[in-house]
Amino acid sequence: MAQRVLEQMKSLEATRTAGGNGPRAPAGNGGGSGWSREEAAPAATVRVGLWFLLTAVTMLFIAFTVAYAARRTAPDWAPIALPPILWVNTGLLGASSATLEWARRRGRRGDAAGVRGGLTVTTLFGAAFLVGQIAAWRELAAAGVFMATSPHSAFFHLLTAVHGLHLLGGLGALGYALRRTAAPAPAGPVLGGEDLTSAVLGSVAIYWHFLTVLWLYVFFIIWS
Amino acid sequence: MAHVAHAEAQAGHELSFWRKYIFSQDHKVIGIQYALTSMFMAVLGGLLAMFIRLQLGWPGQSWPLLGRLFPSGMPDGQMNQAFYLASVTMHGTIMIFFVLTTLLTGGFGNFLIPLMIGARDMAFPFLNMLSYWLYPPAIIILLASFFVSGGAAGGGWTAYPPLSALPGAAPGSGLGQTLWLISLALLILAFLFGSLNYITTILQLRARGLSMMRLPLTIWGLFVTAILSLLAFPVLLAAAIMLLFDRIGGTSFFVPAGLLIGSVPVDHRGGNPLLWQHLFWFLGHPEVYVLILPPMGMISDILANNARKPIFGYRFMVGSIVAIAFLSFLVWGHHMYTSGMAPVLGTAFMTTTLVIAVPSAIKTFNWLATLWRAKIRFTSAMLFALGFLSLFVTGGLTGIVLAQPPVDIYFQDTFFVVAHFHFVMASAAIFASFAGTYYWFPKMFGRMMNERLGKWHFWLTFVGIYATFFPMHYAGFMGMMRRIYSPQIYAHLQGLQPLNVFVSIAAFVLFAAQFIFLYNFFRSLFRGPQAERNPWRATTLEWEAPSPPPHLNWGETLPTVQRWAYDYSPPDMAEDFQPQAAPAAVPTGRSREGRGDGGHAR
Repeated sequence: MAQRVLEQMKSLEATRTAGGNGPRAPAGNGGGSGWSREEAAPAATVRVGLWFLLTAVTMLFIAFTVAYAARRTAPDWAPIALPPILWVNTGLLGASSATLEWARRRGRRGDAAGVRGGLTVTTLFGAAFLVGQIAAWRELAAAGVFMATSPHSAFFHLLTAVHGLHLLGGLGALGYALRRTAAPAPAGPVLGGEDLTSAVLGSVAIYWHFLTVLWLYVFFIIWS
Repeated sequence: MAHVAHAEAQAGHELSFWRKYIFSQDHKVIGIQYALTSMFMAVLGGLLAMFIRLQLGWPGQSWPLLGRLFPSGMPDGQMNQAFYLASVTMHGTIMIFFVLTTLLTGGFGNFLIPLMIGARDMAFPFLNMLSYWLYPPAIIILLASFFVSGGAAGGGWTAYPPLSALPGAAPGSGLGQTLWLISLALLILAFLFGSLNYITTILQLRARGLSMMRLPLTIWGLFVTAILSLLAFPVLLAAAIMLLFDRIGGTSFFVPAGLLIGSVPVDHRGGNPLLWQHLFWFLGHPEVYVLILPPMGMISDILANNARKPIFGYRFMVGSIVAIAFLSFLVWGHHMYTSGMAPVLGTAFMTTTLVIAVPSAIKTFNWLATLWRAKIRFTSAMLFALGFLSLFVTGGLTGIVLAQPPVDIYFQDTFFVVAHFHFVMASAAIFASFAGTYYWFPKMFGRMMNERLGKWHFWLTFVGIYATFFPMHYAGFMGMMRRIYSPQIYAHLQGLQPLNVFVSIAAFVLFAAQFIFLYNFFRSLFRGPQAERNPWRATTLEWEAPSPPPHLNWGETLPTVQRWAYDYSPPDMAEDFQPQAAPAAVPTGRSREGRGDGGHAR
């Protein structure tokens, strides 16, 4: 999903070269910083779309939360023992956010190899998180706790599965960013002095950090 | 990819047939794809309505010819119960999600947004293509459910559990219901991708000079609708996922304990079926406005254009669209008055519901004021726009009746409700779609539709709608329930049989009249007279582009907007309209330029 959004940057670049879309730049972006309104729009447009995407995902999890809160009040509610590996997974995902930030910092200094290294480590951490989540399911299954065993385990499986699907999209976005940064970067700033690499990284980072925070939230409500 | 597509167009190369018409990223092609697919689904949805009326008009009657066509649904020509309930469910599902939502936002939204804001395309053309291409798979899955064991879902378009959660609950509760949920989930993704695009495009890609308060109301309607969809559809998606878990994974989100199916106790326990209703209607009510806000916008533009007058109270029109959208999130409980909710909660929902009448009335009176003392051009588009006004008022008034819990408890699930929403939501939205089609057809296809056929179509449809749905108020008043297979077994409904026959005949005429439209549409596509650039002498930007607009819409230069969208009959000018993009006229002291900008014009 996030990857799809990012795919659009290509076409927006093309639109720009095709004569520009006459976009409206935010007030005060007019001049002085050495980039024109036409060049500013694509990355900014991706950001706007991204924030609305996050709004939709937030609404999805708000709906789950409401259902969870309502279901917990039923008399048959009985908490299950959650596998401790979830703490490891949380650490992995937190670390992935940290390495992504590190990659961005390398990008700002023009260190292309550092960016690729950082992105690769981030992707590996992210994938490890997903493997860890599956391990958590298997651990539960080994203990005889399945999706339909109790309402708590149903919500645990539901929330981790939906979060995991969104994280898969995030891995796709990281892969896209890796591909983008591997190619020779087109010269020239596109967003408030940022070059294309950091514009792509910035959008990917927003989505990825959102997923990290979303996991902390899911972990919190499912544990408490 | 998009990059290649644009680059090729830039270099003057022809795109391949597949890129140009099938997997196109051009918003105009995608809009037309959405519109044509929706038309196909509308025929299907209408056909299902005919089945419903066949059964209600002549219950138990045998139709040998139909029996041969539908051997499982109508064995020996006699419609069975499962087929009837599936028809009712699928008619609602198809018309609401697969026709009106897709046509208004996917069809008109896609085609009009970039053109009316002076952009070359949507912000994310690839995502736009993806949005459309989730739609046909959703259709195939939905229609396939007619042919699986047990037939299509029969639990109503609202899919209340436990009927929708337990595969053994009813014939249609089997695989048909699972396919229904999967199909809907796909379509929700399509809506979400579309909405992301519409919002971002309107916020980011407006032409120079086109401030938000200079936007045509069509765009305002589509913009606020996209925000509504983005906030409401994820909630339905969440509910659908949970219902799928209940059905496939054996969880108990919605299924309570102690249920017996065929005197066998079910394994589920502890779930809450009302939770589904809350989640469903938290989407469901905003969804009603997803179907009515774009029509409100389109109607405003068509009325102003044909009245040759500025829209009355532009800023209030924008404000009331936003107010209706906001309030629509606070009224879902009025669908659940009979669910045992606390009376004080019912009163709260009644209050928020009645408050919606205020912005709705503001819009209605502003439309009337726009028409006041106008020299109206009665084009087909205008007739349908006026018809929309009539239907919206008729249906809106019964909305006030139903908003009140004591009254609603009597009317719950009767034909009074069916009459209400078929007027205010279904027919009104369909009328706006017809108005929009007659109005924008020249821009879409570069040809004019036949006005004479358009007028025949209007009068037959207008009279047909009233003849079909108005008597339903009375049937509901007399206690006739909706989704009822055999009304004749109830003594108190037997007297209504002549009325039901009348309604059925009216419905058949109404359905038949739509073939005038289809004939007109497809004939005009090939034989209609060539349309000029601006046949309706309209002010908005889409009429600056050639008919039909080329790929990327505009030539070398993009339009620059000088004024608001409603400069009709400006004083001291030879023409009775001044396009948004026309260079500023010499100031004459009494110019209306900038009116409605609210001081935001730059």
